Amino acid sequence: MVLKVLTTPFHARLSELSETGLYMHWAGYLTASRYDLSAKHEYFGVRTAAAIYDLTPMYKYWFRGRHAQRFLEGILARDVRTLKVGRAQYQVWCDDDGYVLEDGVLFRYAPDEFLLTCAEPNLGHFAQLARGFDVEVIDAQSQIASLALQGPRSKVILEQLSPEVADLAYFGILQTKLAGHPVTVSRTGFTGDLGYELMMSNDSALPVLDALLEVGGPHQIRPFGDEALSMTRIEAGLPLIHVDFESARFAFNDHQRFTPNELGLGWLLKGIEDPSRPFIGRRALLREQSEGLSRWATVGLVLDWKAYFDLHESNGLIPTMDEQVAAWETMLYDSDHARAGWATSLMYSPMRQAYIAIAKVRPELSAIGTIVQVEHTVNHEYYMVPAEVVPLPFFNPPRKVSMT
Amino acid sequence: MSETHQYDAIVVGGGHNGLTNGAYLAKSGLKTLILERRSFVGGAAITEELHPGFSFTTFSYGLSLLRNEVIHELELTKHGFMPIVMPTTFAPMENGDYLLLGPDHDQNIKEIMRHSPKDADAMDRYDYDLQRVLQYVKPIFDRKPPNIFSKNPEDLADVRWLLNHLGKADKKVIHDTVRLLTGSIADFLDDYFESDIVKGLMASSGITGTKLGPMSQGSGLVYLYMTIGEHDGALGSWSFHKGGNGGVTQVLARAAQAYGAEIRLDSAVDHVTVIDGRASGVVLADGTEFTAPVVVSALDPRRTFLELVPRRELPSDLVETIERFRFQGSASKVNFALDGAPRYPALGDRTDQYNGFINIGPSIEYLERAFDAGKYGWYSDRPYLDTCIQSFVDPDMAPPGKHVMSCFTMYTPYELKGSTWDAERENLGDTVQRTLESFFPGFSDLVLHREVVTPLDIEQMTGLSEGNIYAGELLAPQMYFFRPAPGWSDYRTPIQGYYQCGSGTHPGGCVIGSPGRFASQQVIADSKL
Repeated sequence: MVLKVLTTPFHARLSELSETGLYMHWAGYLTASRYDLSAKHEYFGVRTAAAIYDLTPMYKYWFRGRHAQRFLEGILARDVRTLKVGRAQYQVWCDDDGYVLEDGVLFRYAPDEFLLTCAEPNLGHFAQLARGFDVEVIDAQSQIASLALQGPRSKVILEQLSPEVADLAYFGILQTKLAGHPVTVSRTGFTGDLGYELMMSNDSALPVLDALLEVGGPHQIRPFGDEALSMTRIEAGLPLIHVDFESARFAFNDHQRFTPNELGLGWLLKGIEDPSRPFIGRRALLREQSEGLSRWATVGLVLDWKAYFDLHESNGLIPTMDEQVAAWETMLYDSDHARAGWATSLMYSPMRQAYIAIAKVRPELSAIGTIVQVEHTVNHEYYMVPAEVVPLPFFNPPRKVSMT
Repeated sequence: MSETHQYDAIVVGGGHNGLTNGAYLAKSGLKTLILERRSFVGGAAITEELHPGFSFTTFSYGLSLLRNEVIHELELTKHGFMPIVMPTTFAPMENGDYLLLGPDHDQNIKEIMRHSPKDADAMDRYDYDLQRVLQYVKPIFDRKPPNIFSKNPEDLADVRWLLNHLGKADKKVIHDTVRLLTGSIADFLDDYFESDIVKGLMASSGITGTKLGPMSQGSGLVYLYMTIGEHDGALGSWSFHKGGNGGVTQVLARAAQAYGAEIRLDSAVDHVTVIDGRASGVVLADGTEFTAPVVVSALDPRRTFLELVPRRELPSDLVETIERFRFQGSASKVNFALDGAPRYPALGDRTDQYNGFINIGPSIEYLERAFDAGKYGWYSDRPYLDTCIQSFVDPDMAPPGKHVMSCFTMYTPYELKGSTWDAERENLGDTVQRTLESFFPGFSDLVLHREVVTPLDIEQMTGLSEGNIYAGELLAPQMYFFRPAPGWSDYRTPIQGYYQCGSGTHPGGCVIGSPGRFASQQVIADSKL
């Protein structure tokens, strides 16, 4: 039978390392759910050693031309003018009402050359807005093979292949060669840990991967799939489209739409008062801020372990700790049993030794230490488990940004 | 400047229970001093770099029983608490075959089926029945034992709670529990399984650290003890803490210090000062004195009652009970620095089987024959080995590509007949190495460094009497409200203000934290009287 789904340039090697043969589809490609029988073992690969995630299905767009910066300035919500050549920045872009369309990472290769990576297609959106600018918008998804190398050993592994990596700062970019192949290395990632992302031509994919596996072998390097990635990204407190928010472009009503402030990304809007940088959604966001129109605040929740245990044990059950992320929304209530919001990305966190969730709560309930009640079903009945509002990220090791 | 020598509470011993106890006392607001004889904390849960780049878990090496209460109440995750999943259990066989269990239930059933379809079919029933027993026992395990000898209303309420709980389960669960608590693990397993390798692997947990064979009555109790822990909710699962079990005690020390406890190293306590039947402080071996109205001993019952305080302060029946308290350490550790991964011929160049415990105990007969030597005062020629190569799940334990291997070894009785451990230490190391060589050909060529820790060494280095890893055998007459002695299972002692918080109290040994926690609750409750 002919496989009708694309495979990435790394697939030939990574599929040999798969014990499970479990894949999902993402952006037209096969993407591994997990390679090991234990997603948790892969997760600990990220937290204790080094692990590889195939990022190739990410959408990637080049913006090249004299007006590249000016063009992006008007579209992206975070000030692109502050992005220096050789650096990357986390970004969101909004619609006219200030609702988030998507998020992504913007890399500045040269004064007039940017690359944006994101999880969903956005070509039409950018191409349509590019009219009148001297800027080329090029879809590079199938031209760039990309790989995340994450975990405390990622640095020492890469340094063996390219010593310059030692000086790469958090969100810095380096053009270098790995095993003789040109590779763009950025100190970025979705795991909240020390880690890097590598971009290269498709032809370089296998030789670079093989070099990483060889050098990484003594460091217990291993591939990780979507399940382990989800665990790390939730501990990193990073929002995920279709889980923690929807794109405003495809939402059927405003319940599905969120502003950057509501997603906990208000910090990206620094300098929004400056009228010299008009961007799509700016006026709506200014109004949201000045009139206090935010409907929700995004917070971290840690469920009370004792209440969770007692609830199960008093009902004759053995409490389970499931690091598989709950696929549904979980309702939250305040102390008066009124709706407080809802939780997404609910899972057991090995680093916190408790269930955690990324939640939307009414803004007045967002103070650190606030207790909300999490709806939880036991023996076909609804019960409440208290949870404390905590700062995001849930796990933030110094090595993530450290230079030593 | 003279150092302050006055405290609200002094904890003698910086092992995991002493640190736990000190952390709770400090958290409750008491000015707390933890005294440790050695130049580092951890007691029997330490990690040492004994060969450059290689971190050895000299004694304790796995984590499962540490209570959730301790983890959360002492906020250990803030201080680096990190139990790493060990996804596999590997059981080599003497014929070169193996049993390799992993994280996938259905794969495990298929793997067991290779050895016995009957056993594969029985596994789910066994797991379920065992879980019901654990569920039943756990509330008793996680509560201070009732004082059945007392008539005061609180104690009577505790007894009523126990009786009420005992009657709650259904008949089968109660019967299974009693069969495990009183019988042998071999008999219990026989009801479900037939294959040597499945029974050998499981029965190994029934002998850990105890002078019992799998056919001995009482090994069921040890089995229950070894499976009542969990890793992230998976009952009976063990994990490997980041940096070894020395990593755990470092986390506990940081937690204790964060609550304000002071830790003083190189401070061997000579004795506890007792005035008019009340503890008033301690005197160090160098003569330094510290005073406090509360002194908590984290040492084992022999040292707590017979060495730290004068016998005249104790009732004679208590002295007698402690004198006959069974220690009789029977386990050793042999730790290796390895130049590379051992090779198991049937698995070729694979190494994924080393991500968890490697159990050298391929049948009940193998274990029982190993016990035979121990019964008569000698160490096993083919010892039972519970090994793990921790550097596979925590690469920081050894240089890249190299490995560190921990081998828990039985039986090695504290008292040898006709020789001494000083004479036999390296012979034991050779015996262990020879056993490993028989399963992993070429093993000896990988050995860069070897550390042999006999019961005598355990005693001398950690202070655990006769090298018993649990601070006293896990035998029924030494458990629950008899641990360490009838009438003294409430963490108090006959000396006012003098408490016990070591593993010689309920529930017992392993890195568990309960004794330290329960004792702190007793101290705090008494201080409010």
